[in-house]
Amino acid sequence: MLINKRLILAHFWLAFAVFGLALLLGAWQMFVRSPLNAWHFNPEFYYRSVTAHGSAMGYVFPTLVAMGFGYAITESALEKPLIGRRWAWVGFFLVAVGAVVAMIPVSLGLASVLYTFYPPMVGNPFYYIGVVMVVVGSWIWVALMPINMAIWKRENPDKPVPLAMFANVAGAYLWGWTAVGAALEILFQILPVALGLKSTIDAGLARVFFSWSLHAIVYFWLMPTYIAYYTIFPRAIGGRLYSDAMGRIAFILFVVVAMPIGVHHLFADPQVGAGFKFMHSVFTGLVALPTLLTVFTICASAEIAGRLRGGRGAFGWVRALPWQNPIMLATALSLVMLGFGGAGGLINMSYQLDASVHNTQWITGHFHLIFGGAIVIMYFAIAYDLWPHLTGRALESFGLMRTQLWLWFIGMIVTTFPWHYVGILGMPRRMAFYDYANPAISPQAFSVSVSAVGGFILLASGVMFLIVLIRGHGAPASEANAYRFSVALHMPARIPIALNSFGLWLALMIGLTVVNYGYPIAQLMVLKETNVPAVYVGASR
Amino acid sequence: MNELPLFSLRNRWFSVSVGVTAAIAVLAALAGLIWLPLAQPDLKLSGIWEAICSAAGVPQSTSQSTVIEPGFRTSNVVMTSEMLTKRDQVAIGRGATLAQRCAICHGPQGVSDANSPNLAGQFAAVTYKELNDFKTGARVNTVMSPFAATMTNRDMLDVAAYYAYLPRVPSNSLDIDMVAPAIVVTGAPMRNIPPCGSCHGDIDNKAGSPWLGAQSAVYIKAQLHAFASGARRNDISQQMRNIARQMTAEEVDQVARYYEAQP
Repeated sequence: MLINKRLILAHFWLAFAVFGLALLLGAWQMFVRSPLNAWHFNPEFYYRSVTAHGSAMGYVFPTLVAMGFGYAITESALEKPLIGRRWAWVGFFLVAVGAVVAMIPVSLGLASVLYTFYPPMVGNPFYYIGVVMVVVGSWIWVALMPINMAIWKRENPDKPVPLAMFANVAGAYLWGWTAVGAALEILFQILPVALGLKSTIDAGLARVFFSWSLHAIVYFWLMPTYIAYYTIFPRAIGGRLYSDAMGRIAFILFVVVAMPIGVHHLFADPQVGAGFKFMHSVFTGLVALPTLLTVFTICASAEIAGRLRGGRGAFGWVRALPWQNPIMLATALSLVMLGFGGAGGLINMSYQLDASVHNTQWITGHFHLIFGGAIVIMYFAIAYDLWPHLTGRALESFGLMRTQLWLWFIGMIVTTFPWHYVGILGMPRRMAFYDYANPAISPQAFSVSVSAVGGFILLASGVMFLIVLIRGHGAPASEANAYRFSVALHMPARIPIALNSFGLWLALMIGLTVVNYGYPIAQLMVLKETNVPAVYVGASR
Repeated sequence: MNELPLFSLRNRWFSVSVGVTAAIAVLAALAGLIWLPLAQPDLKLSGIWEAICSAAGVPQSTSQSTVIEPGFRTSNVVMTSEMLTKRDQVAIGRGATLAQRCAICHGPQGVSDANSPNLAGQFAAVTYKELNDFKTGARVNTVMSPFAATMTNRDMLDVAAYYAYLPRVPSNSLDIDMVAPAIVVTGAPMRNIPPCGSCHGDIDNKAGSPWLGAQSAVYIKAQLHAFASGARRNDISQQMRNIARQMTAEEVDQVARYYEAQP
């Protein structure tokens, strides 16, 4: 049962509005630095745009989706109204106002530091304050999710927590702990400098703090997608979830090992010792485990549905799947992109192989394929699945939905495959200008142009997505059934306390953080020589 | 649900998950902090403890006891973005008096007719750094070096504050419609030349980079040639020397004429 529909819709609409604007910027960036554009603009605009695109897509959009979807899960999985409705609205407005506060200095060119901050570059303080407001707003959600679960558990002592809610709370805990790194960086390193209280910054320490957030944030973005795999997909295609316990174990593994691995983003940075880089590399390898478990479980669930629909033989069940169903299509396309993106990720996280792709366009291609591709296409699926229950009106443009999903998939492949390729050729990332007339770079020109075309395909798909949702509000009212999550093949009657609570897993998560981050952080905090003069962006003109 | 308490060694979920996590962490630490560093002969480690310190990134003092000194003086000014950006009326007043002896070359209003640099409206940090470098010998000029040699630190700060206070004056060849050359707007990435404008105004201003608008073209060209030949080397980390060496004669010419025409 969904009660606070306005709250959930507000989150989703703000998320998708931000997404639409940031997508437009993204397509412009692809075009403007490609050979299709004759060089005639101020490169500063490019960095402004990249900062806005990254901040909107990285901080605001997925956070709002996770929050909105989290509230929907709480009400429908626990079958009771959300506790803390007013707080939830406060969180929403903090995120909304924070996004505006951050974007004003960015659009004025006062904070073109890119969304990953890159100290010793320091921009206008309001940019960072806005980001902090977004994070604090999301922390209200982080607090509300376990509170709702705890109250439900007290009321239902003998029942296992529904998988959707268990996973949702896992995502909340993961984000709560993950965001601490960036918060420490902003509050203790960057803001004092941005406010003019200090003129030097420990850039190395700040980057270590950011790496704490930077990798696990991707798993926070991934959570709604994985929840949709486990709890929406099997129901939507008329099947059963192959294993409820496997889902719990996958989400638990994310909580434990998604965070203390971020130093693999710093393989080329000198301030962390090689030994710790290796340790983080090992744990990054472990994080592939929950993804492999998930791919297995989801394919098994699809097979159940295929066979229930009369599919026979080793592969006949694949043909029997309901390919007309947008959720089926989105999940299949998402898994394909997850496969390619994951394979690329294994290269990035390897201490040795990373050296050949570090800071090249390969990396940009990689995270767009994973986040923009595998993750965001499931955000579309979640919206398509949830919309009729939120608006009380059916979504009827199935053809448009399928076209939109296919275009997103094609656009993402066309964008990111050439991106990976030029990365191998050595094309650096975070640059506004490439002299394609130069013989050393000209072999990249064709691939970059292709990838820019992909950007426009994605833009077209994004517009279609918004059209489907807007149309949904104008459709005739119809009675939607209660919103339900998929049923497992064997519904758990009793489950071990370990798979129904988080205490142990949070202890392991914090313990591993201390082991993997404790020494590098302590050392940089003690060393005074590691401070460097800050470089103010857009300070005096 | 009645079962063993979670945080108890008898609960298999607890003992197995903690045990496996700890085992992986210990193995990863042994491999990363001991085995892999010792396996690299180039590191020349004397034992396990040194291997651990090296792999953990403990800073080590270099064994080299004698520091190699360059055969010339280097600048000892540390530049920060905030440096000398606050206006001090007393300093400006003192600077105005001191600046009388500069006027013969740099003009009574800080604008020169003799292809000496215009100082009116120059960032205080820039004027201060150059005076300091003349005094220490990091930058050498037959006329300027003797002047700077007798100046105290306070004198240099005051003169710098005074010139920063004077209004900028456009040159006679002012032409605001002149199209900026490519080297100013985009640089030449393949030759490792950033856009001039990314430090010298236009796009952004970086600490220690002078304002070049209305500066004499002859002076700009002379300085670029001095950087390229190595005759001038008070730029921190060779920033300008690396750029000037890579610039073509035509680009040097374009830049000099462009900045002279700017306000």
